[in-house]
Amino acid sequence: MLRASSSAPRISRPLRAKFQRSFATVQDPPVRRYGGLKDQDRIFTNVYCRHDHGIKGAMSRGDWHRTKDIIAKGDSWIIQTMKDSGLRGRGGAGFPSGLKWSFMNKPGWEKDPRPRYLVVNADEGEPGTCKDREIMRGDPHKLIEGCLVAGRAMNATAAYIYIRGEFYQEASHVQQAINEAYKAGFLGKDACGSGYAFDVYLHRGAGAYVCGEETALIESLEGKQGKPRLKPPFPADVGLFGCPTTVANVETVAVSPTICRRGGAWFASFGRERNQGTKLFCISGHVNNPCVVEEEMSIPLRDLIEKHCGGVRGGWDNLLGIIPGGSSVPVLPIKKCEEVLMDFDSLKDAQSGLGTGAVIVMDKSTDIVRAIARFAHFYKHESCGQCTPCREGTTWMMNMMDRFVEGRGHQREIDMLLELTKQVEGRTICALGDAAAWPIQGLMRHFRPEVEKRIADFRAANGPVLFGGRLKSQTDSTLALPDNLGANLAEVAAPNAP
Amino acid sequence: MLAARLARQLKASSSSSFRASAVRRVSTTPARRSDALFVHRDTTYNNPKVPFEFNAENLTRANEIVSHYPPQYKKAAVIPLLDLAQRQNKGWTSISVMNYVANFLEMPPMRVYEVATFYTMFNREPIGEHFVQVCTTTPCMLRGAYDILDAVCQDLGGIKPGETTKDGKFTVIEVECQGACSNAPMLVIGDDFYEDLTPESTRKVLDAFKKGTKPKPGPQSGRHTSENSAGLTNLTGKPYGPGEHCLPEFA
Repeated sequence: MLRASSSAPRISRPLRAKFQRSFATVQDPPVRRYGGLKDQDRIFTNVYCRHDHGIKGAMSRGDWHRTKDIIAKGDSWIIQTMKDSGLRGRGGAGFPSGLKWSFMNKPGWEKDPRPRYLVVNADEGEPGTCKDREIMRGDPHKLIEGCLVAGRAMNATAAYIYIRGEFYQEASHVQQAINEAYKAGFLGKDACGSGYAFDVYLHRGAGAYVCGEETALIESLEGKQGKPRLKPPFPADVGLFGCPTTVANVETVAVSPTICRRGGAWFASFGRERNQGTKLFCISGHVNNPCVVEEEMSIPLRDLIEKHCGGVRGGWDNLLGIIPGGSSVPVLPIKKCEEVLMDFDSLKDAQSGLGTGAVIVMDKSTDIVRAIARFAHFYKHESCGQCTPCREGTTWMMNMMDRFVEGRGHQREIDMLLELTKQVEGRTICALGDAAAWPIQGLMRHFRPEVEKRIADFRAANGPVLFGGRLKSQTDSTLALPDNLGANLAEVAAPNAP
Repeated sequence: MLAARLARQLKASSSSSFRASAVRRVSTTPARRSDALFVHRDTTYNNPKVPFEFNAENLTRANEIVSHYPPQYKKAAVIPLLDLAQRQNKGWTSISVMNYVANFLEMPPMRVYEVATFYTMFNREPIGEHFVQVCTTTPCMLRGAYDILDAVCQDLGGIKPGETTKDGKFTVIEVECQGACSNAPMLVIGDDFYEDLTPESTRKVLDAFKKGTKPKPGPQSGRHTSENSAGLTNLTGKPYGPGEHCLPEFA
């Protein structure tokens, strides 16, 4: 206060007359810049496989350090630490992990004789995502130790790691880590000498993207087709083999021992409120040096790319758009890329999502319609076929997107396609239908003029087009053409067409 | 069935008596081929009479795998066992493999067929000695995956994705995301990932396989794994050790 009054005379006379304030009480809070994580705060110290991934190397990097004491702290301490750390699930949905784990310990859970399972989702298949792979081949012991800690928090009896079948090298590293941990007495009947019995098993999948959905993963683990289940009952009540189960992402599980050892407050000191922590980001596409990197949450997207990836190919101005969270989230145009922060809330406000933190960068040479159409192919291929809107919708979306790539369509079909995506979204058991719809919605939200231009160009070159892509010139003139095929509809000109 | 037959009849009659353009046929949608046929048809090389059973080594491994699951849920092991059997059966899952696994796990054969048709890693037709899978999903596509696919197809004598070379050495298919996007473009041969490819390095990899050697998996550009290729931007020093930076109680 003293300082405030002493600085007052510096203000010039007339101003002072206007704002007579004797005490400076309100200050602008300092602007905090995110990013610039130090190596000492990185959890995954062997992402690039430059060190030994075996137990000796892992222990020299601090894994399995006093795990017994963490186990001895008990379930509620671990869950409280997770809640304090503000960790949100790293698999895409961003559900608070501490809360999710606490669902396993409902009042009276001790009376339930069923075994309880932790299932680790290592079925990493989202296009653009390659973070769990680096954890599993570089730091497999972090994952195994995480299984034990997370398993202790939810009083689980065993953990199954469901790894996608294509990850052969990664699976062998994880299996090696499991074997080493058993040999060292860190797992088994008396895990780490704490008296807690815990088993970890590795289960290899066989190539189905939909098995990344938690209930589909459970079905697949039970030896069935990976078709998602209806919820409720939630897996925490009836999950794997009919027992209470929690499914968690590799990264979520693997960070938990370090959080317990370094404290929830340490983890919560990174990133914005409600988006705390560090996270592995995988950057692919048109950057100079694509890479996987652990950074602070809420790092500005532009900083992330320029600092760790050598910038966009041909400079930032050569950027067309970025998909910030894997194939399932809408694309962002350059204007938004400049301002967004890489966290759940900022990207949600920008009508996109953090997803798995998979940044797909596209420069101006990209055929954006083709890029999104390729995603439509992906979802058509990966739809499990259980719910009609998704099974049929993904095929329709793929067909329409394929036509838009060359412009073979009607301007109104853009709106038809958008309506179709709205009909798929939210009408299926799992989120694969939504995930197929969002990229297309994002494309039309930000790049609609491009699609309209292609349609206008195609019509200029080939004459009118019917709904469904047939040219009017190919129709049989001797037959009456129904009006609803759109052959004679006046076409709305694209906004920038001459 | 009926519609198809009707269409055929109409087609037959149209060619004989009417002008083709003036005839209106029963509208049918063209038969579309799915990724693979979901129906089994007995052939000389793939029928239930072809014998298959685990060899001694795989039998121990199979029993070990089954022991991971609760005894009343033996069928949970169906995917790992099919994978094991497929490896023993030269990389493809024949009807006898499925029947054997069904018998092994005491589950109805139909449940095994369901699983084998659902998951893309089970090949229900024979494949070549080297199974080349080229990823063409968007992150790879952005970095030229289709050039890689073209290079592979050309290098193997102009075959198309989904075909096997005449000598039975290579089968090429186009696959969806394999999860190595920061190392795009990439392809998988057998179980190994070959990353950071260019058409030239792709040909080099394939040439090595043709000669019967196995090139080193991983990035083909000189990069170690998925770090920044222009030099590390992080994790440059020695990693911190046990107890460092921990809470006092865990130090």
